[in-house]
Amino acid sequence: MNTEASVVELVLESDLKNVEVAEEVARRVSGTAGFDEEDQHRIDMAVHETLINAIWHGNKNDPSKSVWLRFEIFRDRLEIRVRDQGSGYDPKGVPDPLKDENLLNSSGRGIFLIRTFMDEYRVESQAGKGTEVILVKRLNPNHSSDQ
Amino acid sequence: MSMKATLRQVDGITVVDMSGRITLGEGCTQLRELVRDQLGKGSKHLLLNLADVTYIDSSGIGELVSGFTTVSNQGGKLKLLNLTKKVHDLLQITKLYTVFDVYDDEAKAVGSFGKAET
Repeated sequence: MNTEASVVELVLESDLKNVEVAEEVARRVSGTAGFDEEDQHRIDMAVHETLINAIWHGNKNDPSKSVWLRFEIFRDRLEIRVRDQGSGYDPKGVPDPLKDENLLNSSGRGIFLIRTFMDEYRVESQAGKGTEVILVKRLNPNHSSDQ
Repeated sequence: MSMKATLRQVDGITVVDMSGRITLGEGCTQLRELVRDQLGKGSKHLLLNLADVTYIDSSGIGELVSGFTTVSNQGGKLKLLNLTKKVHDLLQITKLYTVFDVYDDEAKAVGSFGKAET
């Protein structure tokens, strides 16, 4: 891999059917970046959950609104940005799904899974500009790609 | 690929062979309706065979939990059979592996229900 970042961008209509499109791109990009099959699945799931949040909670399933994705492969990591056109949310407001009192809740595990599967998870919300989620997965320094 | 579910009766237990995706939307809705329909028919002991489930997300896990509590509240049992590694790992991560009764042998799973009320 050369030292310049490799970028894939796509814009998707807010339709749950498009989540599978984003998953497929996430798998291919993470494979190209040098992640093994298990990490490819983790990245795929993190993108899936982030897309669900963007479409369902951010854009309120409004097909006139879009979700923007950007995958950027660096020498040492994959950065994924997902931006919606919603009004933002505070991930700190989501209760811990591992606490005994929340264990049998039927929802509230999406952000937990994203945090578990990725090395970094940041949310940037600005009024009128939607929410941008930044996901980072670092490559194992011993991975086999040409660095 | 959406979810598919095939039902069969084994010794009074409803075994549900599931395949495809249990995700937000169609897959979760199908699972919810399936549990509701079975309870409506008086089938309170469900064994979900997840061997051919290719993808499950946080909503799908939530739907399994919801099914588990709904069936338990009706005096029945919902158990899981043949988890793939991905589903197994998800249940471990979310601390739900100890909540569900999980089996990898159908005969043992069916036998574990005891004398089933059907």
